[in-house]
Amino acid sequence: MGKTLAEKILSLKSHGEAKAGDVVIGDVDLAFVQDTTGPLTIRQFKESGFEALAKPQRTIIFLDHAAPSPAQQLSNDHLFLRHFAGEAGCPIYDVGEGICHQLVAENFANPGDVIVGADSHTVTAGALGAFATGMGSSDVAVALALGKTWFRVPESFLIGLSGTFPRGVYAKDLILYLIGRIGADGASYKALEFAGEALAKLTVSQRLTIANMAVEAGAKVGLFPSDRITRDFLREHGRGDKYKPLSADSGANYERVIPVNLDQLEPMLSLPHAVDNVRPVTQTKGVKIQQAFIGACTNGRLEDLAVAAGILNGQKRHADTRLLIAPASRQVLIRAIGKGYIQSLIEAGAIILPPGCAACLGLHQGVLGDGEVCLSTANRNFKGRMGNPEAMVYLASPATAAASAIRGEITDPREFI
Amino acid sequence: MSDLMLKGEAIKLGDDISTDDIIPGRFAHLRSNLPELAKHVLEDAAPEFASRARALSATGGGKAILVAGKNLGLGSSREHAPVVIKMSGVGAIIARSAARIFFRNAINQGLPVLLCDTDRIGDGDELKMNVTAGEIANLTSGIALSCGKMPPIMSAILKEGGLIPYIQKHKDFVITS
Ligand code: SF4
Repeated sequence: MGKTLAEKILSLKSHGEAKAGDVVIGDVDLAFVQDTTGPLTIRQFKESGFEALAKPQRTIIFLDHAAPSPAQQLSNDHLFLRHFAGEAGCPIYDVGEGICHQLVAENFANPGDVIVGADSHTVTAGALGAFATGMGSSDVAVALALGKTWFRVPESFLIGLSGTFPRGVYAKDLILYLIGRIGADGASYKALEFAGEALAKLTVSQRLTIANMAVEAGAKVGLFPSDRITRDFLREHGRGDKYKPLSADSGANYERVIPVNLDQLEPMLSLPHAVDNVRPVTQTKGVKIQQAFIGACTNGRLEDLAVAAGILNGQKRHADTRLLIAPASRQVLIRAIGKGYIQSLIEAGAIILPPGCAACLGLHQGVLGDGEVCLSTANRNFKGRMGNPEAMVYLASPATAAASAIRGEITDPREFI
Repeated sequence: MSDLMLKGEAIKLGDDISTDDIIPGRFAHLRSNLPELAKHVLEDAAPEFASRARALSATGGGKAILVAGKNLGLGSSREHAPVVIKMSGVGAIIARSAARIFFRNAINQGLPVLLCDTDRIGDGDELKMNVTAGEIANLTSGIALSCGKMPPIMSAILKEGGLIPYIQKHKDFVITS
């Protein structure tokens, strides 16, 4: 019997034969925390009496959620984490470096790795063929100390991708469509494994967007096989030697097979207050928006800013709509400046926020007022997500966000492309 | 080892209660002050929850049992979510289904989670449960509900009162089947 990608990686890391449903103990190649989950994780690590990190160089602390800090309690959390990093000898990416998941993709994630992070969007690194999953603080604290954790090997759904994205349709539209189809708990405890001829044209940036939202269907991981595109990305980021080809065996056993033809997709939207409340943009056009947010670990990459700048170049944001843009990392920001995107975006009336989570989680940098509507490129639109339970959040691609910022209402990006 | 038994009263919530409902993002600055954070548990989604749970645990007769619909705890990995639920005096959680990270976090905090058809539990029902066996007796309606068993490693963690005490005792993961 062939193995799924999830079974393959967990077999490797548990030094045995891992089959869906088994409970295994696997080596952890990279463990990380961010500034909202990190303090509890580190307190638990210390209270447990652990003396040292199992792998100090593969334990990373990111200060990205409150960056820079808007409140004294959060500043103290930052101090606590900086102090721990110094004491324990692990790397820290301080305020302004970018979002943890983007930095993991740029600097650490390799095919076949097991990655655990105290953040649910740790799944993002599945784009590079890593078995990457989010966990709570206790689990991560123990992984920091022991360099391993336990997993129940997930059953896999095979998502078979064919065709090419039509004009104005992007990876975000695909993953929103899929979540609408699977449901917010439809893939609970499962692995989503992507395959098919369309992968040959899917950039790592697009794969990251897709893997990022696997958790929004309840999945434990969103896994891509590694291929030439993965290899080129690793080379570009100085770790070409970490490349290894990895894919599911033919004859692997899938709980469900979902074929998607990209040719048939259109721009999609997730409506308040549930991510799986998905409709085509054409059915929701005309809703007025007071804020557009382009960024987050879902869509704050260079390709996303390129699409937004392409639409906004020479245009102006609507007078009633604030346009907030947060590059996912310092590297993204520098490259976007080099390419002239930032200039176009600022001229169109955008506010450029520092690399980090920015407005995504409702903590700072774009908290909504009562009754306000935001069109966001992030991954969650739960009630209160952007800091106010009286506000509404719609999710869409950077193209849809850019087009809607110009019109001041939800707009089909194909009208601008 | 004897079975883990619990008695209490159901406080019923709906479907899709997210970790943002349990701890709204605007209270993120309180995350290192858990007693203060716990005051805001479910503040927008179920404003009466915290006071009811506290009142129940204060009577000493039994604990509050949080009963939810499908996909409880979807969203973020914040373990603060089960922590503040437990701090409000909740002794166990019953749900139709629970998000993966939330489920694991609750067990890691020593807070039992049982999955079953929660349509058969009403708000305020008296419940008696055998957590180890995965059995619930609804004393109000007389209905018996059975829940699947959790993987042995999870019940072992629960038995020790959570992951940290488990690891302190065993120094490692011990898999028994
Ligand atoms: S950008 Fe948003 S979803 Fe991503 S890690 Fe930050 S807060 Fe979480």
